[in-house]
Amino acid sequence: MNEMTKITTLKDWETDQEVRWCPGCGDYAILKAVQRTMPELGVRPEDTLFISGIGCSSRFPYYMETYGFHTIHGRAPAVATGAKLANPDLDVWIITGDGDALSIGGNHTMHLLRRNLDCQIMLFNNEIYGLTKGQYSPTSRVGTNTPSTPYGSVDRPASPCAFALGSGARFIARAIDIHKDLTNVLKSAHSHKGAAFIEIFQNCIVYNKDVFDEFAAKKTAASTQLLLADGEPMLFEKGEKGIAMDRETLSLKVVDVVDGDWQAANVIVHDVTNRSVAHMLIEMPFGEFPMAIGVLYDDPRPTFEAAVVEQNAQAAEGKKADLQALLNKGQTWTVTEDGPEL
Amino acid sequence: MATALKQDDNSSNQPESAENVVVRFAGDSGDGMQLTGGQFTLSTALAGSDLATFPDFPAEIRAPQGTLFGVSAFQINFGSRAIETAGDEPDVLIAMNPAALKTNVDALRDGGLIIADSGEFGKRNLDKAKYENNPLEDGSLAKWQLLKLDISALTLEAVKPFGLGNKEALRSKNMWTLGLALWMFERERQPIIDWLNTKFAKLPDVAGANIAALNAGHAYGETAELSGDGLGSGHLTTRKVGAAPSAPGEYRTVTGAEALSLGLVAGAQLADVPMFFGGYPITPASAILHHLSRLKEFDVTTFQAEDEIAAIAAAIGASYAGKLGITSSSGPGIALKGEAMGLAIMTELPLVIINSQRGGPSTGLPTKTEQSDLYQAVYGRNGDAPMPVIAARSPSDAFECAIEAVRIAVQYMTPVMLLTDGYIANAAEPWQIPDVASLEPFPVTYLDKMPEGGLKPYSRDEKFARPWIKPGTPELMHRIGGIEKGIDTGHIDYGSANHQKMTEIRRDKVLGVADSIPDQDVALGNAGGKLAVVGWGSTYGPIHQAVRRAVEAGKDVAHIHIRNIWPMPKNLGELLKSYDRVIVPEMNTGQLKTLLRDQYLVDAKPINKVSGQPFTIAEIDAAIEENLS
Repeated sequence: MNEMTKITTLKDWETDQEVRWCPGCGDYAILKAVQRTMPELGVRPEDTLFISGIGCSSRFPYYMETYGFHTIHGRAPAVATGAKLANPDLDVWIITGDGDALSIGGNHTMHLLRRNLDCQIMLFNNEIYGLTKGQYSPTSRVGTNTPSTPYGSVDRPASPCAFALGSGARFIARAIDIHKDLTNVLKSAHSHKGAAFIEIFQNCIVYNKDVFDEFAAKKTAASTQLLLADGEPMLFEKGEKGIAMDRETLSLKVVDVVDGDWQAANVIVHDVTNRSVAHMLIEMPFGEFPMAIGVLYDDPRPTFEAAVVEQNAQAAEGKKADLQALLNKGQTWTVTEDGPEL
Repeated sequence: MATALKQDDNSSNQPESAENVVVRFAGDSGDGMQLTGGQFTLSTALAGSDLATFPDFPAEIRAPQGTLFGVSAFQINFGSRAIETAGDEPDVLIAMNPAALKTNVDALRDGGLIIADSGEFGKRNLDKAKYENNPLEDGSLAKWQLLKLDISALTLEAVKPFGLGNKEALRSKNMWTLGLALWMFERERQPIIDWLNTKFAKLPDVAGANIAALNAGHAYGETAELSGDGLGSGHLTTRKVGAAPSAPGEYRTVTGAEALSLGLVAGAQLADVPMFFGGYPITPASAILHHLSRLKEFDVTTFQAEDEIAAIAAAIGASYAGKLGITSSSGPGIALKGEAMGLAIMTELPLVIINSQRGGPSTGLPTKTEQSDLYQAVYGRNGDAPMPVIAARSPSDAFECAIEAVRIAVQYMTPVMLLTDGYIANAAEPWQIPDVASLEPFPVTYLDKMPEGGLKPYSRDEKFARPWIKPGTPELMHRIGGIEKGIDTGHIDYGSANHQKMTEIRRDKVLGVADSIPDQDVALGNAGGKLAVVGWGSTYGPIHQAVRRAVEAGKDVAHIHIRNIWPMPKNLGELLKSYDRVIVPEMNTGQLKTLLRDQYLVDAKPINKVSGQPFTIAEIDAAIEENLS
């Protein structure tokens, strides 16, 4: 973007389309957060491309006054890969859900992350299949009662952030749909060059109402959420508790912080480039620990599309795109009126 | 001048002259038979003969040595007249081991020549080929001419100066054999020597050994002939196969996969649009991905995706972003791409999908040829999902078909299916190199300004094509997707009248492609008459030769070969009805036949073969005979 970026307002990012989510759905809050964040990113609507798969969340592109592609179930990462390779200048956002990204599209999510395509992936996790009327999803907890699991689900859920980390993602964040911090997470994700994976806990008011309340509810948030910030100690419960390393078991533990002296309690200072700690934060069992929210991991490395562009340029260097010469390549012979000549 | 070793008539010192000769090289899959065949093809092409080849190899990369299922064969038919098929029956079989003999000898014409490497006919190899007795000794090959040569020993002798190990040295056996074959048919060795020197530039000993073996095989022919001593019951002679009359111009050999890749590049250049190719490895389609991966200077981006679905989905994403998306696979992969094809139809984006067909269903016969995906191409998607379908008939025809597929895709904003098959993909033939200046450009235009009356992403031109708008274009932001689109606006619209109308628009847009394609011609014979033999794809060769023979014999037969499978040429119905009978030879159980009956209510009769091998001319001859009586 060489020319002066036009300053946009929230209104510039809204379409004239009627939003069709259930009243009270967490998707509304996420949509507003995105529309509110876009003007702050200094980007233009015409350079922005929202790509989604199938599911409630995947209606999202229709409501953004940008380019948008509502694709097929699970395949948004693959469509996004083609679009970004075709035009690396596009600012690509993938909107997906727990079923879309981790069940039918798990393969594409994995490969997009390992390739490190420069884009933002917003996974709306509501632990349920909403659009098909409430079946359990790959993130539903064991025992979830749904029309397809009337006696409760028996299979273990996938952890989206652990999946992302295992796939090689270099940016992993967690956010809550109605949380004001979502905007900051979006900004961090956007500033990360490479695949930025964001799990957003999203309340499905119809089929899985308040399933995240144990940590998302505002009144208990202080004790149930660990709000992460790079370079800051991992404190919660109004600074009275913190996360420290148990050196004997090489695992995390909750420690009490007395009189704000977190150093004395050996509370860990969050370093977003520390992959091992990111893994432990992702895997902290909720209940015994708070839920880690915010940017868990951020350590960029070169992106896929940049490598492709560079290799294409190198391979083409000094070569002329001469179609006739290409067709004539290899051993040829000429036939004249008198017959063939070697 | 070469003369025959054993001649009935001693008066002639001239080589036997043949109109065409069919040679099959057969050996273990590690013996380098495809390479031998490929080089023999090159020297034959350079001599100006017309030719067609048929590589026939196992699905296993390196099957256990000496086994029946590990046999790899390469057949070439070359002649001084137009050659359309790889030949029904070989005249010469070169068998590098007992298994190769066993699996190929029955195809040899009676009286044909077998050249066998007797050094490989020990007990172990005979057991592996399930021979109880040595066929070279027990008289079981009496109806053919047999030449036993210890090619292994002769090769070892020839390459001795290079000091290679036994195993390494024996790798040159194929070059020894090639040398003999070049002598037999009076072909030049130099192009192959040049090629070996280039290929093994970094391994001069290996190059030297191979060249020595090549020369030794050639010298063996000369010496054996001159010395005139007995070579068992063998009949070693040279045969002159002259140049075929062909149009003046520059030629090269080309396989279907090469020609198709070149055609895609040419098509993209003519459309003035960068190409994005998404592929996933699958036999026999991978060669296209390999070829295109090396052509970055033509603004080609290739992407090996994580699966077949991602390959087409990425191509669709690239098309949305303004490049020409192309994807390629074979039947099983095409099945996986089905849903995404529907998305391309619904979002009306240009896309080319190539199916290199193979034997099916399921994994089927990965390395064998079949044309049984026609239903899949025309009908194989959910919903009313019309898509233009084109079928290439030969390696060189694949070039033109690829350009045509690109043209239809960009002019009509639609996915297009291009059908080829394993036979076309791997077979080589001489190709008159097109003059690029004679190819007509069809540059695309993108909508890049707000039209009067506002943006309507689903408005249409006279071809019913919607505008192609690249993301990044100011003011023209819009959303597309797989949900039914409102007329003109492209907004989500579930309305019943809208769906009726949009379904009709999609149908009529694709049917309208018929306005831009030529009328169906008659490839051979008269328009109207007793019998039409109607084919599509790689059956062109055997049908054409069989019909030629019938026409030359004064029979009222015509050959019609359909390139545009969907929509079909506008005159096709009338044309078919002008014959008393219509037969449709296909390498499936009758798929084009069904389509013709459905479209035109003609009594098309199926002639079917699904053995994994192409039709022989004799099989089509027989069908013609039966249907003329």
